[in-house]
Amino acid sequence: MIWSWIPSNADRILALTVEHLRLALIPVVVGLVLSVPLGWFAKRYPFARAVLVPAAGVLYTIPSLTLFVVLPGILGTRILSEINIIVALTIYTVALLVRTIADALAAVPGLVVAAATAMGYRPARRFLDVELPLAIPVLIAGLRVATVSSISLVSVGALIGVGGLGEFFTEGFQLQFPTEIIVGVALIVLLALAGDAVLLMIGRILTPWNRQAAGGAP
Amino acid sequence: MEPAGGGGRAVNLFLEVVQWFGDASNWSGTRGVPSRLADHLAYTVQALLIAAVIAVPIGAVIGHTGRGGFFVVGTANGLRALPELGMLTLLVGFVGIGLLPLTIALVILAVPPLLAGTYAGVRNTDPAVIDAARGMGMREQEVLTKVELPIAVPLILGGLRTATLQVIATATIGAYIGLSGLGRFLIDGLARNDYTEMAAGAVLVAALALIVEALLGALQRLLVSPGLRTAQASRRAPRQAPVVAGGIAS
Repeated sequence: MIWSWIPSNADRILALTVEHLRLALIPVVVGLVLSVPLGWFAKRYPFARAVLVPAAGVLYTIPSLTLFVVLPGILGTRILSEINIIVALTIYTVALLVRTIADALAAVPGLVVAAATAMGYRPARRFLDVELPLAIPVLIAGLRVATVSSISLVSVGALIGVGGLGEFFTEGFQLQFPTEIIVGVALIVLLALAGDAVLLMIGRILTPWNRQAAGGAP
Repeated sequence: MEPAGGGGRAVNLFLEVVQWFGDASNWSGTRGVPSRLADHLAYTVQALLIAAVIAVPIGAVIGHTGRGGFFVVGTANGLRALPELGMLTLLVGFVGIGLLPLTIALVILAVPPLLAGTYAGVRNTDPAVIDAARGMGMREQEVLTKVELPIAVPLILGGLRTATLQVIATATIGAYIGLSGLGRFLIDGLARNDYTEMAAGAVLVAALALIVEALLGALQRLLVSPGLRTAQASRRAPRQAPVVAGGIAS
């Protein structure tokens, strides 16, 4: 470990950290936005669930390097395009969250939904004001897994030339310079833990009624 | 080959990949599909066996005694954040190039889901069943091996399934440090700008993952103790599975 490498490369470390976060977090946000309607759809219509949940399982099974490599051929993007990584990680996020959201929505007690309906909530408002908030704890648990995985997975992209902090792994390997690799690993773990902690906090803030019972997600 | 532009791009690629699979030279020798598939599976099985030897006993003891549960959950969550490529390249620096760094990285990857699965399975055994076993005069060790572990089999297999998929996926990056396995087609294709070879390699890895996933799913259903099958069907909690020990395979 050569500590002096860190200050003398501070600019690059910062730039790659920013790139890493961009590559990891855009997919989580886009994936969340796509998953909520899909999850609602899967919960509402059994046939949609019968299609979406197994499809999500299949997509989730495909290794990331494989997806990174295949997407340019399907999307017509260049191999070195960031879009490949972002699309691949978005697919994983959606694959994880669709099922989580469908199950979380299905677990909302029927009496609560009936009470909301009786109070005059129309379906759309009821979904946004009652069902979705009640699904938040499970949703956050799924988001935490998706975020941590996404932050860790971006680095695999370094093998195809776009990998945020993963660049330190390929470069450190080629130069036989472990310091770089250690810095990369440490930063990725720190980013993942920070992301996890932020989501945990957001979850607590959004569900004040749960605060006493909150023992953390599984 | 670069992907060709225009609307026929995906079709062209598809035809090229089909052609690649039809080429006999891709099926023979140490650079052929069978040999690399065998290497890939060998790396996977070896890592899983070592991980199981480590994780199952520890998970069983922690689940049985109930002490150290936070440790299991902590490691399972914490290790998910570790980037495998970083671990692999770092280990090469410590133990040199070869199969050892890959195996260590894969074991680190496979232990948490196996540990979490075993722990959860043993821990969640109905206390009334354990009381009954003790009442029948079983010693603690027998309670664990004859009652709790068999009951835990479905969850242990669930952990094994997650671990296997992650290991199969991650074994592809062994090619980056010069090892064999299906990742070679990806890494070599990338180095030579041969997109067809990369795509064929990707198809192989994805197919392997999906087939193994299907087989393990079938095994999981088969190996569930008959006494559990009916009980489980009635009180299966559908929303636990992916979140507990999951995480995306690299």
